Amino acid sequence: MNIRVNGEPCRVTSRDLASLLDELGYGDATVATALNQTFVRKKDRAEAKLAEADEVEILTPRQGG
Amino acid sequence: MQDSAARADDPFRIYGVTLGSRLLMGTSMFDSPAILADSARASGAEVVTVSLRREAGGSRAGQAFWDLIQALGLRVLPNTAGCKTAKEAVATAQMAREIFGTPWIKLEVIGDDDTLQPDVFGLVEAARILSKDGFHVFPYTTEDLIVAEKLMGAGCEALMPWGAPIGSGRGLNNVFGLKALRAHFPDTPLIVDAGIGAPSHATQALELGYDAVLLNTAIARAGDAVAMAHAFRLAVEAGREACLAMLMEPRDMAAPSTPVFGKAFT
Repeated sequence: MNIRVNGEPCRVTSRDLASLLDELGYGDATVATALNQTFVRKKDRAEAKLAEADEVEILTPRQGG
Repeated sequence: MQDSAARADDPFRIYGVTLGSRLLMGTSMFDSPAILADSARASGAEVVTVSLRREAGGSRAGQAFWDLIQALGLRVLPNTAGCKTAKEAVATAQMAREIFGTPWIKLEVIGDDDTLQPDVFGLVEAARILSKDGFHVFPYTTEDLIVAEKLMGAGCEALMPWGAPIGSGRGLNNVFGLKALRAHFPDTPLIVDAGIGAPSHATQALELGYDAVLLNTAIARAGDAVAMAHAFRLAVEAGREACLAMLMEPRDMAAPSTPVFGKAFT
């Protein structure tokens, strides 16, 4: 399936957001997620099904002003 | 005299939290994590701003930064920097709340890339959604009184008007407008956010009666960030002390300070 992750084209086998994080190597990293510009809570990631052309954001803490 | 930062009779309360420092510091653009940490300590700030950004799987830069901030023991104010629509800002705020574990959000909805001027229409829309969702919204706004009214109506209990465009270091561009906003909202926590380039700008904001200032670039990009952080700490304390002491009214004509009565040769 072809989706976009953090703005980049990405071919993945995962069918849900939780599996996608594992597939992409995030492991237990502190991340927050959004699917098609809608926030997905950590506990809801396994139920967040992916579809062709979906847009996923995976964000981590960073410096800010 | 008692240290102004610790004055029990002069609390700075915002969203039910009492802060000892009236300086909020950004964490971006420091030359190293160690300089950031030392600057935060030197500033006396109890609140630092943070953000969320994309990171590739396998990298742990974000986690390392978060560990550093947690070790400082400071309260965090996550931002929605760079968001250009209410929808983006709302989603970013929700992600920030999950990661940082705070309902506080510095709400930015940017309307113009050159000036980083807030899109106040999107700002009010996002503020309303987030306030209803339990967020404590710190809106980055202009000094416009009507926008301020709308933000208060949307549930904001604090306002953060800009002094000048973000990162410009130009100080308080519209002193008249900022004074009007202060007069219009005498009991609302008001924080000058953005544009402050020198400690004297911070002092001026506090002298005008603003409750606090939020700044980043002026400290992070100084020749000696740690020393500048301390300079801002002193400047903010001086401005607050001066505000409480009530400044004299300026006048157009000179007035001798040395008594005229008793002068020789008259």
